[in-house]
Amino acid sequence: MTKLISRDSGLEQVRIPIHSDIDIVSARHAGRSLAEQVGFSSSELTLIATAISELARNIIEYAKFGEVTLEIVNNGSVNGVRITASDTGPGISNIEMAVRGGYSTSGGLGLGLAGVRHIMDNFDLQSAPGSGTCVTVTKWKL
Amino acid sequence: MGTVKGKKSVNPAMTESTVALLRELVAHLRDNRTELREEWARRITEARLLTAMTKEEIFAEATSVYDNYVEALETGTFEALQAYARNLSERIIPRGVETDEVVGIVLLLRDVLARSLFGKYRSDFDLLNRILDAYEPAANRIANTVAVGFVQERERIIREQQEAIRELSTPVLQVRERLLILPIIGVIDPLRARQLTEQLLQAIRANRARVVVIDITGVAEMDSHVANHLVQTVEASRLLGATVIVTGLSPDIAQTLVNIGVDLTKMNTVGDLQGGIEEAERLLGYKVVMHDSDSGGKKS
Amino acid sequence: MAVPILKQSNYLIATIQAALTDQDFVQLRDALVEKVGRFRSRGVIVDVTALDVLDSFASRTLRDLAYMIRLRGAHTVIVGIQPDVAFAMVQLGITLADVSTALDLEEGLAFLDSVDSEQARA
Repeated sequence: MTKLISRDSGLEQVRIPIHSDIDIVSARHAGRSLAEQVGFSSSELTLIATAISELARNIIEYAKFGEVTLEIVNNGSVNGVRITASDTGPGISNIEMAVRGGYSTSGGLGLGLAGVRHIMDNFDLQSAPGSGTCVTVTKWKL
Repeated sequence: MGTVKGKKSVNPAMTESTVALLRELVAHLRDNRTELREEWARRITEARLLTAMTKEEIFAEATSVYDNYVEALETGTFEALQAYARNLSERIIPRGVETDEVVGIVLLLRDVLARSLFGKYRSDFDLLNRILDAYEPAANRIANTVAVGFVQERERIIREQQEAIRELSTPVLQVRERLLILPIIGVIDPLRARQLTEQLLQAIRANRARVVVIDITGVAEMDSHVANHLVQTVEASRLLGATVIVTGLSPDIAQTLVNIGVDLTKMNTVGDLQGGIEEAERLLGYKVVMHDSDSGGKKS
Repeated sequence: MAVPILKQSNYLIATIQAALTDQDFVQLRDALVEKVGRFRSRGVIVDVTALDVLDSFASRTLRDLAYMIRLRGAHTVIVGIQPDVAFAMVQLGITLADVSTALDLEEGLAFLDSVDSEQARA
């Protein structure tokens, strides 16, 4: 059942600090619960949970710790779920390559960002060497 | 998202004077509710709107719309109205009510109420102007909200129907034990492609299929996105332990696949559906013989 | 959280019951490799039916696991990947290339049997 959330009213937001691999699992579960409220299908829920896993894992692997914020959003006509993964780590020096999938996921260096971008409707990446990274992705329930 | 007993929450963006003016005109609209509502219902019939509904039905809905309208004016917030509009639309769309009718009746209500305000404040031109300044933007926003709510609900219903049609038109067939055939016909858009994959994967699990034959003889053309999707479907099926044979590959589609980087020698393809089924049976038969300990390791 | 590993004649069956942390995954890998050596098992089945997500780390670890077990002369089959999970994996470009997969435990055992008899013939 879709719950209509107004842009004006307080949005449901969940913040999960990411310090260890256990937090990755917590973030996934929280993301799944939140997305369930928006009415996503079972397969969409799995996509979202997997994307969260990848983003949270990047934080641990490259920045040691950071935060994942999950929120229900509304763009005026449909609801969606927004995931923001941020850290104050070393930052990504070559954003183009990271997003295009230049880093392979199989070799253990992977950022998985190309895949996440592929399945999400909106994708935004802010990063610079020395100033941390912030990835924001959104999926809309059409 | 109904009303809270006692003080109603008001849009904090409105100024004090606007709130006071709205409160005054809302009081007037509530006091004259019966007559104004009747006037409105009369005008609806006169304009030959909502002909698909009976008089009693129109009256019942008119009451709800009126109350929601006045409430939205009072609070300056429109979530409750939007929710009501969608709810109302869900009920009247199956009755055959059209968009122009819904927009029409809301505009009629706006006019009936405006005229009533003219009548009451005509002796104080200055006050009338201020009242209208407060009323007009709100009334227009209400008309907009209701119309948009109706259209969105309509679009949602159409999408649902399209989805149902799609599901009917893409059956996954079980022809033999452990063997599924998925004939794809016509145009595939990304949404349909995704549904096909989901249905196929569920079917593989439900039927414990070991081999799937995807026949694309009936597909005229395929862009790179859908071709990518086909590759993903093959890979996902493999993760469920099923081998996929693609049949009916036209030279054009084969070229598209090569262009997106697919190594066709790695993909199991056979010319036509019949050949594909034979290949599938061979694969299945081979596995069964491997199992047969009595045959003393005889290969098929 | 330790994953229960059962020994069934020549095979080892590891059934994952709930979401695993990265550490749990690594522990599972090491436990299986050790047991394969100790029991001289011919095959390993990892049942991931209970996993609602298989991300890139899980995939890498399973591939490492299969590789390391192969070095010990045994074959690995991953079974029970859910349709939604398989779909998400291919969409995100997460592959289990070179690792055998089967629908469920029964299929997995049948597969190991067939690999076994083929090897016996060789």
